[in-house]
Parts: sequence; C-alpha cells; structure tokens
Amino acid sequence: MPLSTTYELKAGMATREAFGRTLAELGKTNPHVVVCDADLSKSTMTHFFAQAFPERFFSCGIAEANMVGIAAGLAAAGKIPFASSFSAFVVNKGFEQLRTVVAYPGLNVKVVGTHSGISIGEDGPSQMSIEDIALACSLPGFAVLSPADELSMAACIRLAADTVGPFFIRAGRPKAKIIYDSADGFAVGGSRELLAGADLTLMAHGLMVAECILAAQTLDAEGVSARVVDMYSIKPLDRDAVVRAARETGAIVVAEEHLADGGLGVRVSQVVAQESPCPMEFVGLSGYAESGTPDELLDKYGMRASNVLAAARKVLARKS
Amino acid sequence: MKKTSNVAELEAIAKQVRRDIVTMITAAKSGHPGGSLSAVEILVTLYFDKFQHDPSNPDWAHRDHFILSKGHAAPVLYSVLAECGYTPKDQLNHLRRLGSLYQGHPDVRFIPMLDASTGSLGQGLSFALGMGAAAKLDGRSSRIYCVLGDGEIQEGQIWEAAMFGAFHNVTNVVPIVDYNRIQLDGFVKDILDIEPLAAKWESFGYYPLEVDGHDIAALQAAFDDAAARTDKPTCIIAHTVKGKGVSFMEDNPKYHGSAPTAEELEKALAELA
Repeated sequence: MPLSTTYELKAGMATREAFGRTLAELGKTNPHVVVCDADLSKSTMTHFFAQAFPERFFSCGIAEANMVGIAAGLAAAGKIPFASSFSAFVVNKGFEQLRTVVAYPGLNVKVVGTHSGISIGEDGPSQMSIEDIALACSLPGFAVLSPADELSMAACIRLAADTVGPFFIRAGRPKAKIIYDSADGFAVGGSRELLAGADLTLMAHGLMVAECILAAQTLDAEGVSARVVDMYSIKPLDRDAVVRAARETGAIVVAEEHLADGGLGVRVSQVVAQESPCPMEFVGLSGYAESGTPDELLDKYGMRASNVLAAARKVLARKS
Repeated sequence: MKKTSNVAELEAIAKQVRRDIVTMITAAKSGHPGGSLSAVEILVTLYFDKFQHDPSNPDWAHRDHFILSKGHAAPVLYSVLAECGYTPKDQLNHLRRLGSLYQGHPDVRFIPMLDASTGSLGQGLSFALGMGAAAKLDGRSSRIYCVLGDGEIQEGQIWEAAMFGAFHNVTNVVPIVDYNRIQLDGFVKDILDIEPLAAKWESFGYYPLEVDGHDIAALQAAFDDAAARTDKPTCIIAHTVKGKGVSFMEDNPKYHGSAPTAEELEKALAELA
C-alpha cells in the first residue's frame, strides 16, 4: 500500500531561527509583544527582534531567574513578553519563578527554550535540556508546545502571542527537516496526522517527528501500515488523537528527544490507560549525554528512525 | 478613604493598623507579627499619602503599585488595604482561613489588585521592575514600590534585579528594605550579614537613602526624594524595629513567626491604645 503522503524531509531552518524571525515579524503587527533575553540573543535568534525594536527588547544579562520575574511584571502590566534562553537555563534556573510568579497567578508569559535536547551537540550535557518538557508540563495552566519544523514553529509562536496564558515552547539548535508546507492548521491542544496507518501509531514531537516518518517509510516497504502523528501540543494534549490511535491501530510508539520519564510518552500513556489500554513502547533518553556532533549523539543515544523501528517491531509483537 | 500628609493623622492610622495586625494574627493562631509591625509606617505613608490610587477604581492604568516582596508580612498589607477600602475590614480576622481573601501570603487570585503573589522570597523586585519597565514603555506615570525584607535580600535574585534596575534606569521602581535586623533563625548579622548595605546598593547603581522607618516625616521626604531623581533609581533603606509598638515583641526573634496568645494580645492592645 503506498504511503498517504510523500515527505522529502529536506533540511530547513532551525526551529530557533524560525522562532526569532517570527518574533520580529510579530513585533511589526503587535505593539504589545516585548522580548527578554539572557545574553544569548545571537543564539536564541531574538536579536532579530532586538535590532528592529530595541525599546521593546530587555537585555537581562546572565540572570534567568530575574528575567522570568521581569517578564511576569511586564505581563501583569499588559505586555506580551517572550522570555528566551537556552531551555536548560531558562527552565531549570527559572523554575521556581515560573512556578510562583508565572504559573500560580496564570500570567501571560511566553517562555521559549532553545537548544533543547541533546542535538545541541559539542557543548555537552550542562547545556542540554532533557527535562524541560517534564518540568514545564508540571506547571498548572502552562501550554507546552514542541514544534518539529520552521513553519510549525512560526505557527506556534503566533498561537502563543494570540492566546492569553503562560506558554513554554521548545526549539532546537540544528537545522530541522521540513515537514509542513503551510503554517495553517495548528492549534493549542491539536496534533497533525502526517501519515495514515492502521497497524500501529508513531507519535513524536520536535526532531523525532521526521525520524518517525522515516521509520514509517521502512515499515511500509515491509507491508506494515504506520500512522504518524505530530504531537506538537504536549500540553494540552490532543486526547482524541490518542484515543483514536489506541482504538484504531491498537499499538503506540512515542518517540522524543527528552527523558522518557516525564515527557510526551508519559502523558500519552495516561490517556491510553484511562481510555483504551493498548501496548506502548517508548523511544527517549534515559540520562545525561556527552559532547559530540549532533549526528553522533543522536546515533549513540538512540534518537534515530532505526530506534523507532525497533520499538515499532517490539510493540507489534506485543500486539499480536 | 481620606488621604493625608498630616503626620499625626498618619500616626493614628499606623496605630490602628498595628492593632489590626496583632488581633488578626492572634485570631489566626499563626503568622508573622514582627515583620508586619516593623513595616507599618512604610505602608501607611505610601497608601495614605504618597501613593497615586483610587480604591474605588483599582483598574486605573496610571495608579501606583505596591509589591510586598516579603510576603509573610501580609497582615500589615491586609490591614492597610482594608483601611483604604479595597477589601472588607470585618473579615481581617479570617486571616489564613480556608477560602479567606486574606491568605497566608498575598495571593492575586484572591485579591487581584495586589498584582503579584508573593511569599517565596527574593522575587518581588524583579516583578516590580517588569511593571516599571512596562509603565515607562507606555508613558504611564505609575510608580511601583517594593518592600523587601532584610533577610530576604540574601537571595541572589534580588541582586540580579538590582543590576537590571540600575542598568535600565528603572527610576519609577523604588525598593524599600525593611531593615529590622531579625530573620527567622535570629539576628541577620548572625545568620548571613548583609552589611555594608547602603554601600552594596550604591555599588549596584542605586542611590541609597537611609531613613528611620518609623519616622513618617522622614519617610515622606524619602519618597519625594526618590520620585524627584531620574539619573538613577533610589533604594530606601528603612531602619526599623522588629515587632515595633509592642514592647515584648520588639527586637525579639521569637515573634518573627509566632502568634501572640490571648493574654499577649490583651497586653499588646493595651500598649497600642
């Protein structure tokens, strides 16, 4: 059976760059958008906004806790602040502030964590954010989005600006494979079925979405029909998509560049356990990585289509 | 509410606020009397004199804002808000009860005009500076006052915030250190000394103003001085007495965080008559 859609998966813009460029565009149309950055604007790409709107850009220095507090105060006074740094720093160092000053009153702060996962590469584990999804999802009221490519990132940034409430959006360092040809059709709490399939479902966020497509192409050649769903909205989760996957395909693999404990997999499992139990397998990280090129690290730490494929075979064996 | 610059009238309000504080904490059977009593004149001088606000219109875009970063001193704030007419005075003794407006620490979910939920120390100045930066962007005249505990400024985030406030010259935000010299475990100088305090703020780019935090006329002058200064932000260091106004609580670390007994309340109210 031919695949429902063909994906070339060409290398596109890094999601962090899509974030930075979208933010600068937003600045032109929305005067309430302001940006805070912690001495990483050339890396998080908020420098595009800083150059265009210097009066709305707050350089906070290497002080993430204060940056989150500044953003909260700006939000309380009616601004739409985007606070950005490496995910490892803004989420971990700013966590207590995100909890008490942002989540608890439910302020309209948009946190964008870049250089997430292990694909930051050579800088090593101190800069790698592998717990950010777990931490952000633990904050009541936060929406947590992890888009896979440039257009979906652009859509998520615009959604965050247009939706009142706290957001965490995860971006990556390397060039992201192009999946979408339009920024339409994204929603907070949504998901995107990228390939139709009946035998099992592969769910992912971020760069693992493309790996799932590659795995599905291999499975298709073997006569196995894999559904692929981009679960870019980790919280709120598209529960209906999860229930349909469980009921219609009877087996689910969740793949993510994050700790397997506490990530998308755990959230999907919760829905599956409540609504329609079925075999599940997980492709995720189990601990801290090391320095290396992004490709070397993704190979060594099991973030490839081959790892998704192995999990798919395992879950299919359990299903039958 | 009636605003006044008359020191005797402000002192009379301060006395009533102190009576409210000890009464509500006794009713709650827990709370922080010492650091509430030390900040009374600071809040009374602001809310009843220097503050631009209208309790009948808390959404006024140009109003001033107050962030109690040392959130455990909530009773002084609650008493002042109630005296101003923002919140019901007859519920002050519901402090810390389930469902009460008067939560253990200030909570915007219960009292929206508070702007910030505080209680986790070290965070209020950053929030205040964000509000101040927004007011500057909008060209609003709002000023934001932020009361910090002396022990609280052991938190590193305060100094991150101070660097930000000076660097971005956020002169519409005034941090006020309630320097009552006592924190939970004892005297600040014995826990982790914060001296030289004025020199610290000065080296961080602030203009430090040291005042007697119980001298209303001195506080009025300090707030005016801070408002007039545009070259750099001002930090008011208010030298205060923990437990001020109740003899057996004054300068006594025990009353940082323990409620008076019924007998102690009687004695306290007699002193505050």
